[in-house]
Amino acid sequence: MRVVRLGLARGGIELRQAFTYWPDLVQTLVFSGISVLVLFLLRGHHVPGTTFSLGSLTLPSLVGMNLAFSGVVGVAALLSTDREDGTLLRAKATPGGMMAYVIGKITFVAVTSLVGLILLLTLGPLAFPGVSMTALGWLTAVWVVVLGLLAAIPIGITLGSLLPNPRYFALVMLPFGALAAISGIFYPITHLPGWMQGVGQLFPMYWVGLGMRSALLPPSLAAVEIDGSWRHWLVFGVLAAWAVAGLLAAPPVLRRMARRESGSRVAARREQALLRTR
Amino acid sequence: MSDLIAEVRDLRMLYGTREVLTGIDFDIRAGEVVAMLGPNGAGKTTTIEILEGFRMRSAGKVSVLGTDPAHAGEQWRARVGVVLQSWRDHAKWRVRELLRHLGAYYARYATPEIARPWDPDELLDLVGLGGHASARIASLSGGQRRRLDLAIGIVGRPELLFLDEPTTGFDPAARREFHDLVHRLTDREQATVLLTTHDLAEAERLADRVLILAGGSIVADGSPDALAMRMSGQAEVRWTRDGQRFVHPTDMATKFTRELFAQYGESVEDLEVRRASLEDAYMALVREYEP
Repeated sequence: MRVVRLGLARGGIELRQAFTYWPDLVQTLVFSGISVLVLFLLRGHHVPGTTFSLGSLTLPSLVGMNLAFSGVVGVAALLSTDREDGTLLRAKATPGGMMAYVIGKITFVAVTSLVGLILLLTLGPLAFPGVSMTALGWLTAVWVVVLGLLAAIPIGITLGSLLPNPRYFALVMLPFGALAAISGIFYPITHLPGWMQGVGQLFPMYWVGLGMRSALLPPSLAAVEIDGSWRHWLVFGVLAAWAVAGLLAAPPVLRRMARRESGSRVAARREQALLRTR
Repeated sequence: MSDLIAEVRDLRMLYGTREVLTGIDFDIRAGEVVAMLGPNGAGKTTTIEILEGFRMRSAGKVSVLGTDPAHAGEQWRARVGVVLQSWRDHAKWRVRELLRHLGAYYARYATPEIARPWDPDELLDLVGLGGHASARIASLSGGQRRRLDLAIGIVGRPELLFLDEPTTGFDPAARREFHDLVHRLTDREQATVLLTTHDLAEAERLADRVLILAGGSIVADGSPDALAMRMSGQAEVRWTRDGQRFVHPTDMATKFTRELFAQYGESVEDLEVRRASLEDAYMALVREYEP
């Protein structure tokens, strides 16, 4: 299909920009640097009740969180800035443009998060004791990542379509941060109060993290998880449910937003943005 | 194919209870450059956005290239070009890269009569950006950016091009350059263009036909000259005699001047005959519809 090819071409061009445009590259490196720093600070600590390094436990969780982050927050941010600067309207003014735009964005986000993921998965085991990638682990990682992206990206598209402009971005960031705190990313979820465990388990972030831990950590570490198990069927089930719900909800929300885009709307938002910076 | 490009009948638009368009009728024929003029808030942008298919109308019939833009598909989208006043998109892309990429969307809509898309290098030369082909779009000046927007607007060789206030914020030199470019384009490609502007000189320079919008309806429709004439067939004759200044409005300037000379001969000095301009016509029309 031609539109798919154009979408992939779009994604490719934007990927090349992301990896050659130094302000973006610096931003990416700073964010990754912070993650690695956090892991190193946690390295000396132990998972409660074991002698296992907390840093090693957090590495796969962080991989999972990054996936959810680029799928939800990254996509929502791209979408709302592209609306603000007229990129989306341009897509709408071009035949087949909206479809190619969406395919391009998904390509972009999927590839950037996969690159980060592969780096962490190949380098992580070298630096963190106890983290190892077996063949089975890679297999688990693949399906968790695919399902995780399928669950996260539609959420990002929906939120990005609903946000009136990029300055409301805190409405995405704050809940995401709160959710990261109760999703067992930096500390085992079993040490949180029961209701927080309940809320955390409603959202895909916990399950992506759990799936990644199951892929990278020795089986004995399942003991610190809920039910003392990796609960693969639930990881699959919850992520798949989010993916299906998202794939059903995102297209109409996106279409509705795109239908309302027009030159005067873009111009009005620009006026507002200028007023704010004055 | 009929040479009727756009047909608008009794177009109405309501925002809440405020009626912005109160029933508009006009046609655009192939090869015409039509300017929509009017004060801010007269409904120019609303009208052009309805025709672009970016806005739903409240009532009335609109047909652009034989299709209702409110329900038009990608095939129709490929046959129109849109240039807005506020593009800031794709700032990280390079000029030629974006033009080539966006052109590719039109390839499948090429017909034996219309080769689509336009070759990006040829098009960049046409709009005077040949030397900036590999520049980042963010680094272009305002005028260069607008010329790129025009190039993107026509990369699919549209059968109808929309220009929404194309020179807002331009300095006089950039405006002049842009006008020359549009002229070159309309001469060479026989493009059909609908543009909105509140610059009378721009309408006079670019358009074959001017639609004046005021108070939500079209109050005048004709060539710039015809409009000026129709509005006031009158001219103003000014002269001085014996150091005194005279002004006399007349609808027969030639006859009046001849009589003036017959009566006073050489003592008539500083003679000046001023035809009503489009601006006079416009001011007179718009004033009538001011609330």
